[in-house]
Amino acid sequence: MEIIQHLIDGFGYALLPVNLLLIFAGVTIGIFIGALPGLGSINGVAIVLPLTFLVPPESAIMLLAAIYYGAMYGGAISSILLGIPGASTAVATTFDGRPMAVQGRAGLALLAAAFASFVGGTISIVLFTAFAQPLADIALKFHSQETFALVVLAFTTFVGLGSDDLMKTIIMICMGLVLSTVGFDLISGQPRLVFFDLPGFTGGVSFLILAMGIYGVGELLWTLDQSKASPVLTTARLRWRDIVSGLKELMGTWRTMSMGSILGFFVGMLPAAGATPAALMAYGVAKTSSRNSENFGKGDVRGVVAPETANNAASTGSMMPMLTLGIPGSPTTAILLGGMVMWGLTPGPMLFVEQPAFVWGLISSLYVANVAAVLVNIGLIPMFVWSLKMPFTVLCTVVLFLCIIGGFAANGRMHDVWLIGIFGIIGYLLRKVDYPLAPLVLAIVLGPVMERSFRQSMIASQGDVLTFFERPISAVFMFIAIALFLMPVVRAIRDSRKSPQAAE
Amino acid sequence: MQRADSLIAAAIVAFSAYCMWHAWSLPIGWVDKKGPGGGAFPFWLSAIMLVAALVVLVKSLMAARKFDRFFDSATFGSVAQVTIATMAAIVLMQYAGAYVAMPLFVIWYVRVFGRHSWLLTLSLTLGAILVMWLFFEVTLQVFLPKGPLEPLFVPLYAIFF
Repeated sequence: MEIIQHLIDGFGYALLPVNLLLIFAGVTIGIFIGALPGLGSINGVAIVLPLTFLVPPESAIMLLAAIYYGAMYGGAISSILLGIPGASTAVATTFDGRPMAVQGRAGLALLAAAFASFVGGTISIVLFTAFAQPLADIALKFHSQETFALVVLAFTTFVGLGSDDLMKTIIMICMGLVLSTVGFDLISGQPRLVFFDLPGFTGGVSFLILAMGIYGVGELLWTLDQSKASPVLTTARLRWRDIVSGLKELMGTWRTMSMGSILGFFVGMLPAAGATPAALMAYGVAKTSSRNSENFGKGDVRGVVAPETANNAASTGSMMPMLTLGIPGSPTTAILLGGMVMWGLTPGPMLFVEQPAFVWGLISSLYVANVAAVLVNIGLIPMFVWSLKMPFTVLCTVVLFLCIIGGFAANGRMHDVWLIGIFGIIGYLLRKVDYPLAPLVLAIVLGPVMERSFRQSMIASQGDVLTFFERPISAVFMFIAIALFLMPVVRAIRDSRKSPQAAE
Repeated sequence: MQRADSLIAAAIVAFSAYCMWHAWSLPIGWVDKKGPGGGAFPFWLSAIMLVAALVVLVKSLMAARKFDRFFDSATFGSVAQVTIATMAAIVLMQYAGAYVAMPLFVIWYVRVFGRHSWLLTLSLTLGAILVMWLFFEVTLQVFLPKGPLEPLFVPLYAIFF
């Protein structure tokens, strides 16, 4: 019952006119960014973050969360109308969304995507609301040992569950952590890793600058590299009559929707997983568990509903460990976390104790953002269709302009603008040879937490590394982390045993 | 592809070594009563990064050389052009100011690179100038570098601030 009281207070906060306005603005920007091919929630949040200094931090976080939400809705629009995913999270939506559009059922596909996103979002926020406080209560008992073990666990999910090259994943994690140590050593106060003795590096390398470089400049170079002939746009019209009959059809897919939502929420919590694999998994489960699975891939509405519920649920899922434990569940929430730290609202269990009004306001704002997103999405379909006709060069100009000027605005330093350009080029090159970028962003955000908790634990235990295995919760985290770390090794051994037999 | 992979891995090896050397100036081992030294965390992580990058390097050098090119010649041109233009805009912003760099950048991108009409080009250029002045300077109070154009803005400061 306490939760309900918190939520009511939270709604009072989220529904303040200024916050309501920002939530609506956020979802509209989010849907727009999500719909544009090449840009997804992470690009949107990274590019918009430096522009949010205009509003109080609490409202800025709501705006960014709303962008995150909106982008999950928007991705489906270009998946359906262009046949190319608007964001990687909407890849699975093209499988059946595109055939539906080709068959002239684009309107229904868009409605299905919007409605499914709404259901996925709502179910997952209810789960979020139920689990957040208990999880924060457990986390409140964490000492530095548990915090360190949890960060290690977060990184090992990339090793154990990620599909990227093991060595390249390790390199990216280490690089992010090393970049996070640039500037001053917080304990001894000595300057360290001031590259080339440039004074600009004494302030450290901001996660925001890295994210803007990689996900702004780098992403555009990547999109330019990958762009082939321009795709054909299918237009869609949606009348009241279609909405009513469409919703009736969608009610029949409730089973797929609840599966997608729950699966998405739990997969989304894992730092290495997130919305893209969640959507692909939900599509796979929907297909294999269906009695008439031969319709999938040919324009089955369930093929749109499953990934769209899952990717929205996953975005909520990835917010939960971010808010309660201070461990982001996705690169986008890593940037949100970095932003919150920057504004003095460090996420984690203490936030629930010290700033309950803000925490519950944010949770309530997710409910509001979800309703706002479905309204804006369905109401403004013609506008989003029109925006897809915008030439790519115009979009590039706007994004690069915002990266350069916005990057300067964040701290008022030319040094940062240089870094954005350089990180953009490096990020593009790394991506070109298959280095995963998500662990890099996560590592630069978690680096300070990891170092501090490690050193505190070491001081407390007088240098005994076994301290991480002596406390029960920390030991559990460490053992799971070790198991995850060994997974690629086990897999390699199993494969090498299998292959000679296969060759015979 | 193979060669680019080796080159990038080699660059990471060099970067790791550089970071290790840098971190070395702080204590990297145990400091009595203060726990691990300030250089320990970056030093040992750079060491892991160095080893992992060496593995990638050796693997890519040993892999059979395939002649698939790193860059698709059709897209390479546009990536290179945009990269150069972006870096040029940053150089110009530092020395000639944002109000020279950004309009030139927008004109180049929309007109020369994108081959759009002058009408679209000039309206976007004007939009960029207005956003810089009204949003970034007046609203967010961020003073953008103006280079030699600074004196021209003095009357504007008097009006807006």
